[in-house]
Amino acid sequence: MWKKVYEWLDERLGLNDMYTNLLDRPEPKGNWWNTLGSASLFLFVLQGLTGIFLTVYYTPSPDHAYDSVQYIMEGVAFGWLIRGIHHWGATLMVIVVFIHLLRVFITASFKFPRELTWLIGIGLFLATLGMGFTGYLLPWNQKAYWATTVGTQIAGSVPFIGEFILKALRGGPDLSALTLQRFFSAHIWIIPAVLAGLIGVHLFLIIKHGESHFPTKED
Amino acid sequence: MSGSNELSRRDFIKVTTGIVGGLIGVALGLPSVSYLIDPALREGGKDAWISIGKFEDMQIDRPYPFSFTRVQVNGWERTSSSFGGYAVRKSDDPKDLLILNSRCTHLACNVNWSDESDAFLCPCHDAKFSKDGKVLDGPPPRPLDVYDEFRLSEDGQIEIFFKAG
Repeated sequence: MWKKVYEWLDERLGLNDMYTNLLDRPEPKGNWWNTLGSASLFLFVLQGLTGIFLTVYYTPSPDHAYDSVQYIMEGVAFGWLIRGIHHWGATLMVIVVFIHLLRVFITASFKFPRELTWLIGIGLFLATLGMGFTGYLLPWNQKAYWATTVGTQIAGSVPFIGEFILKALRGGPDLSALTLQRFFSAHIWIIPAVLAGLIGVHLFLIIKHGESHFPTKED
Repeated sequence: MSGSNELSRRDFIKVTTGIVGGLIGVALGLPSVSYLIDPALREGGKDAWISIGKFEDMQIDRPYPFSFTRVQVNGWERTSSSFGGYAVRKSDDPKDLLILNSRCTHLACNVNWSDESDAFLCPCHDAKFSKDGKVLDGPPPRPLDVYDEFRLSEDGQIEIFFKAG
């Protein structure tokens, strides 16, 4: 019975082909450093899921942001767990993505035909840092407030257009409700959408080209 | 390896991945469900005796409107909910009172007393209740709810027992 259902689906979706090409594809001899891309993807999914759960109680308003985070930590069952995973997962993701980038650089995996995979990977790294920067403000505590004051001030030190950048980031000259709201929007919609799109292309290119082997003495 | 009963390296990896993945899924999935439904499992506010007006101010056979608010902590905010009703006095006996909840039994709008039609009218779906709270017209499935626990306080106030939730 289930075999028939599976065959019916396989004929239409190509499940067996997908399995062979995605999960059972030939790999060059590698080591644990080669798993960091998958680890990054796992962390992205984990951050996405815990982030979605956090929005159930979080409120991006200066009046309630801090209180709602306190409520998540102390009032809701397992709120501490969900937020804890999101909090530590964020730090871990920046580290894992960065080590992944270093590995690709050190093993020279960015060369032909994988230049685009590398460039998109740089974009993914910057977007990950953007997630860290925008997410940092959301708890609306002292650390968040002043870190964002300093961060946006640094962005504002760019010659000529600095003031414009600062105002665009803050949604005005000062850190305000608008800043919190646009950081929230960037954190849960804009940057994740960019990340998801870039990850799609990144994965497509990896499946298309296969993974690079480690360079040998002849290389 | 083929033909032997030993687990192949590939199968071992598959099974291990499945088990570890399943454990992570359960360890995160169950708390997540609990996290989502947590507010639904909370108790409501506290029960209380609430004074609705002086007995001597209530005229016989004329619905006396009253309203009160209850404040409750919901999450990170205090929410106040309004409640209201009508006390219908029948005689000089303070026990001979009918205290109606003005919440329509159809879809919870507030009914208002109308002298003109001598009935409680609901603005939402044209429900009509008699002075006793009985359904005269419209979609409500049952008569108006009644606050049946009430008492006369020492200073002449009628108090109703409000059950939360």
